[in-house]
Amino acid sequence: MSSPTHAHHPAYVKIWAVLVVLLMVSVLGPLTGIRWLMLLLAFGIAVVKAYLVAKNFMHVNIEQRWIAYLLIVSLALIVVLFAGVAPDVMKHRGLHWENRAAQQAVEAGAHAAGPAHE
Amino acid sequence: MSAEAHHAEPGFFRKYLFSTDHKMIAMQYLFTGMIMAVIGGYLAYVFRMQLAYPSQQVPGYGVVSPNEYNSLVTMHGTIMIFWVAMPVLLAAFGNFLIPLMIGCDDMAFPRINRLSYQVFFLSAVVLLASFLVQGGAFGGAWTSYPPLSAKGAYNLTPVGASMWLVAVALEFVAFLLGGINFVVTTMNGRAPGMKMYDIPIVVWMIVLATIMFMFSVGPLIAGAVMLLFDQLLGTGFYDPGRGGDPLLWQHLFWFFGHPEVYVVLLPALGIVAEVVAVFARKKLFGYKTILHTAWAVWVLSFVVWAHHQFVAGIDPRMANVFSITTLLISIPLAEMVFVYIATLYGGSIRLATPMLWALAFMAEFLIGGVTGIFLGASGTDIYFHDTYFVVAHFHYTFVPIAIIAVFAGLTYWYPKMFGRMLNETLGKIHFWGSIITFNVIFIPLFITGTAGDQRRIYSYAQFAEQARPALQHLRVVSTLALLVFIAFQLIFVFNFLWSLRHGQRAEANPWMANTLEWTVPSPPPHGNFADMPTVYRGPYEYATPGRREDFWPQNVPN
Amino acid sequence: MSSKPIATSRSAAGLPTARLVTWWVIASEIFIFGGLLASYVMHRLGHPEWAAQAAHTHTWAGALNTFVLLTSSLFAVLAHKAADSGDGARAARFLRLTALGGTTFLCIKAFEWTHEIEAGFVLSSGGFWSFYYTAAGLHGLHVLAGVIIMLFFAADAARNEELQRVECIGIYWHFVDIIWIFLFPLLYIAR
Repeated sequence: MSSPTHAHHPAYVKIWAVLVVLLMVSVLGPLTGIRWLMLLLAFGIAVVKAYLVAKNFMHVNIEQRWIAYLLIVSLALIVVLFAGVAPDVMKHRGLHWENRAAQQAVEAGAHAAGPAHE
Repeated sequence: MSAEAHHAEPGFFRKYLFSTDHKMIAMQYLFTGMIMAVIGGYLAYVFRMQLAYPSQQVPGYGVVSPNEYNSLVTMHGTIMIFWVAMPVLLAAFGNFLIPLMIGCDDMAFPRINRLSYQVFFLSAVVLLASFLVQGGAFGGAWTSYPPLSAKGAYNLTPVGASMWLVAVALEFVAFLLGGINFVVTTMNGRAPGMKMYDIPIVVWMIVLATIMFMFSVGPLIAGAVMLLFDQLLGTGFYDPGRGGDPLLWQHLFWFFGHPEVYVVLLPALGIVAEVVAVFARKKLFGYKTILHTAWAVWVLSFVVWAHHQFVAGIDPRMANVFSITTLLISIPLAEMVFVYIATLYGGSIRLATPMLWALAFMAEFLIGGVTGIFLGASGTDIYFHDTYFVVAHFHYTFVPIAIIAVFAGLTYWYPKMFGRMLNETLGKIHFWGSIITFNVIFIPLFITGTAGDQRRIYSYAQFAEQARPALQHLRVVSTLALLVFIAFQLIFVFNFLWSLRHGQRAEANPWMANTLEWTVPSPPPHGNFADMPTVYRGPYEYATPGRREDFWPQNVPN
Repeated sequence: MSSKPIATSRSAAGLPTARLVTWWVIASEIFIFGGLLASYVMHRLGHPEWAAQAAHTHTWAGALNTFVLLTSSLFAVLAHKAADSGDGARAARFLRLTALGGTTFLCIKAFEWTHEIEAGFVLSSGGFWSFYYTAAGLHGLHVLAGVIIMLFFAADAARNEELQRVECIGIYWHFVDIIWIFLFPLLYIAR
């Protein structure tokens, strides 16, 4: 078999410890009160954690190379889906059109939440 | 039917209903698909009669009410695509051909394969049961756009709408289970010596289509759950008044729905490739070209979906992008048809029934492809959208795929499936009767559509600006041609059933073809190969110079 | 099992059939979750007012659940290591610990949802809540399915049978873990 999983077991407990520390950092993010830092911490750490799990626990690194490509192509197509849909659904106005219902919902929500809300 | 009695003959239920043999599962899919095709055809008959002779008694049905008309067109579309084209082209041919053509004994996961059919059967039962519930079967069109589909008060079929969603979701699960089996079996189960470029084109096409299905259907499964929640649990995923967006459904639906066209097209193109090479007695022109163009179609099919939504309120700038990608995808498909024509050139062509169907596929699909250009370009689509032009275009692509190519495949592999030959004379009568009437059904619809006939109209008499009495004779011609078309299918059914018992016995390789399924007895025994084959060359070595025979099977050393 | 077809035992693609099918299952799952989460993200970005709804989720419960899943993933990979060295009994023990982790996750989830529903936040309470319950519910179903399958495989492994399945259910479990790694910031932290 071309993928020798035998004798290729990294120190799993160490990786787990790193993951838990990362989790704690991302939970502490909101305490900083800085919105961009919190979002960066939350999603940046999520990506790092996912990478660590995929590489070390799922063994993508020693799996056949095309498995990684398969996963990347899957994610890329989700990005394509997002890019094709978001201009109509995420945006509430565009060339010669606007989505009044959504605009009203956003406005009503902003009033209800008070002026402090961005 | 298939298992030679080596050991104890399994009982009726074990053999026909709970078999894990890929050939039996293929037959289950095939016959379920054929029964569903009869139902779908019956629905088409009823609503075409309503369009030709509005509000009169339809023989065998009665008077069609407006709500029933909506249910009829919705269920016709749903059944023909999801319960006929998919099970026959993908599941029946895939199950039957993949293990035989790659030289192994069964699918990699036979019990998951059986589960796939059982879930599919359940989905068909749920769908057909929806005809019987209060309000009748779903009438919100096969695309099921919210808010029409989300609110029972709008579509008037509240129970049918949810049953439709459940049935479609179950059907997707069935094909995910079966499809993963196809991919894994082809990747891992190939006979020794069969390299990537030795796999028959039809297997390649089925596998590419399966991967395309697996990748495109996921977002719609999520979307279907969301729509079901909108219908039953009061969420507002697609309700603009509550922060949702109906356009999201359209995007999720067509992100699947357009690749779906290619999911059934690719196996059809694969079947045609096999038939053309065998009956032209010539090496398939450009094996790798076909594969590369298929990959190009695969990639492009994921970036064309919004051309179904040009008038739905998507941003015009996005419409430009999707127009371009849509026009681009016609290039690899045209190239593929050119390659098939090049295969014919200089061959010694045998016009047996399968070959006639394969040639008809190229001719008719060409019309479907060319008329698609008008709909893919957003400017012209704004005029043609939701007219009978779209209906005619669509049927010029799907009838070649799901009817013509399927007949090419069925008549070609019938001897292998059942061990008997079909009657050639009846086959040719059926072919010409079907092809001519098919064109007479849909060419008038191009004309009425261009003149402005809107689709999904129960009776034009109720819309003064839609009435156009001058076009009524075209609507009648289309309906009458459908009646003749259906009558000709009876010849096929007779030929199919009669030949099962009385056809001439088929030898192992009646067409003198190269692929591995023709090296085993017809029909193949349980386990397929007495000795597991080894593969020495590609599948299309016909008329090789210096060989006494004009074919060279893949498993013959020299 | 002696009745397996020859097709199952071949590996023309270079990796065992069981692992191959696991990867294809994961690839098709990416599209189910990807479609749902892409829909959620574009709505969330278009509707800043949903942050007010999101503020009612319990970050500590989500964080605790992340910890539980990460730990269960550790057990799953240790089960794989044990199976690799041929120690079926040890692999079964670790698999059962993983299943226990999954069960704990579901219990915390049930506790959390009970609180939210009692506070009046249900599936139809607003756009955020609809996505919240749908996404977490779909993920929860995957956890439940994983736990059930894992207990079956653990019973096999304890008899030193079908040890290759230990790795496959582990890969699936890590995938479910990764989905939660993304759901946690999407549903809890970002507000």
